[in-house]
Amino acid sequence: MTGASKSKPPLLREDGKRLDGRSFDELRPLSIEARVLNDAAGSALVVWGKNKILAGVFGPRECIPRHDESPYRAVLRCRYNMAPFCSLEEHGRSGPSRRSQELSKVISEAFENVVIAESYPKSAIDVFIDVLQSDGGTRCAAVTAAAVALADAGIPMKDMVAAVAVGKVEGKLALDLSKEEDNWGESDNPIAFASRNGEVLLYQMDGQLTRDEIDQAMTMGKAAAQKVHAIQTDALRRVYTRAGEVALPLSLKPGEARSE
Amino acid sequence: MEVQEQLRHNQLLQLLNSGRRADERGSLDYRAIKLQKNPLNNAEGSALCKLGKTQVIAGVKIDLATPFPDRPEEGVLSTGAEFSPLGSHLFEPGPPRVEAIELARVVDRGIRSANMIDLSSLAIPGVAKVKAVYVDLWVVDHDGNLFDAAMLAAVAALSNTRMPKLENDKLVRGEYDGTLPISCMPVTCTFGLLGNHKILDPTLDEEKGLDGRFTLATTPDFVCAAQKTGWKGVTQKDIMEFVDISFKKGADLRRLITQ
Repeated sequence: MTGASKSKPPLLREDGKRLDGRSFDELRPLSIEARVLNDAAGSALVVWGKNKILAGVFGPRECIPRHDESPYRAVLRCRYNMAPFCSLEEHGRSGPSRRSQELSKVISEAFENVVIAESYPKSAIDVFIDVLQSDGGTRCAAVTAAAVALADAGIPMKDMVAAVAVGKVEGKLALDLSKEEDNWGESDNPIAFASRNGEVLLYQMDGQLTRDEIDQAMTMGKAAAQKVHAIQTDALRRVYTRAGEVALPLSLKPGEARSE
Repeated sequence: MEVQEQLRHNQLLQLLNSGRRADERGSLDYRAIKLQKNPLNNAEGSALCKLGKTQVIAGVKIDLATPFPDRPEEGVLSTGAEFSPLGSHLFEPGPPRVEAIELARVVDRGIRSANMIDLSSLAIPGVAKVKAVYVDLWVVDHDGNLFDAAMLAAVAALSNTRMPKLENDKLVRGEYDGTLPISCMPVTCTFGLLGNHKILDPTLDEEKGLDGRFTLATTPDFVCAAQKTGWKGVTQKDIMEFVDISFKKGADLRRLITQ
């Protein structure tokens, strides 16, 4: 990650709060807008802290290449991709990196557990996720956006999926790490939960945590994922009360409803 | 596919012969255009252009780069285009298709030939590196006429680009020192060609039935780039007509960027 050559900055303020003024169990402001694209069957824009993530869903449709298809179920393909202008640092390279390929794989697998793919054999459901602005926690925002886009597309699912990261900052567990906290903190645990039964669908971890800390992180994450879930369902509901044309509200501020 | 295109062609021709377009526009009318300026913060400049149902994001990044060997005193301008697979059921993941490459090159030519950016001002005195301007065109909704939408997004983004602060010959990210100086605003007008008909700003449905397209980039004083696509030939008289209309429509488009 960027800034690795610099020495570790302080991650807490004098008053003991985190750099952006949050307490340890506080999410960054989050806004979600569903159905923001015209051609995609379902779509969502997630503005989470300084992250801006766009997801679009196509399908069930013909599976190309044909050797990917299954006679038993639809194949679910998620593609996580970073725009070359998404980072504050240098211009990025487009195309899949090792990191984005790994994330695409685990995100696809998370949704394989909830999408009722058996109803659509020999077809493909494609979920494309573009990171337009990145600020730590993009994979959790990507999963959250993908879930809303899938629901908006009317893909049958057993459950919704909401993701959040729990990390360790200056010796304490902290919810929803920012970029600095992710770069310099002691641990990062992105977790995606099935919203009704609390099943963990995506889990990655780095750094070091004790047994008790893992347990506590899961509890913190699960409670926060419920808050994310409420914002997801609100976004989906508003699709049906909103008037006017479909447009991408890219200037949307986190924590604000769309102004129009 | 050929049968479908032939049917579209015939249907579109019939419609135009009766003096109409499917969306009831006049032959030289644009669809509604909406520009969001600087919707993104990590990119030094950005814009979202909505042209009817077409939506294109332009992102501008400023970096330090090694200049081209034959132009050591000039900054670098590089334009790329990506047809994001979420933008259309016709787009697939993978390396840029020839249409995306063409889009990037036409927009690049318009900006470069208009001398919109004074590249010599991007050199850093006494330093081997120069400033580089990367423009990326991100198509997130394709409903036709990507050229005009992408050009508007690119020029709106460049017109609102902040320059990162330079300290000890390095860029300080997140701190800014003025804006990217620009001298003028090139805009493009794209005409769809079918039989004797010329229609401005074709939709994707119209594009499927067209015999060709003609795109002109203009500044207030000059024509600065052109691209003819498709098999349909045009006459000198046609081209002069496109030039006249492009200058007139160009003034309206530029107003959208500055307002």
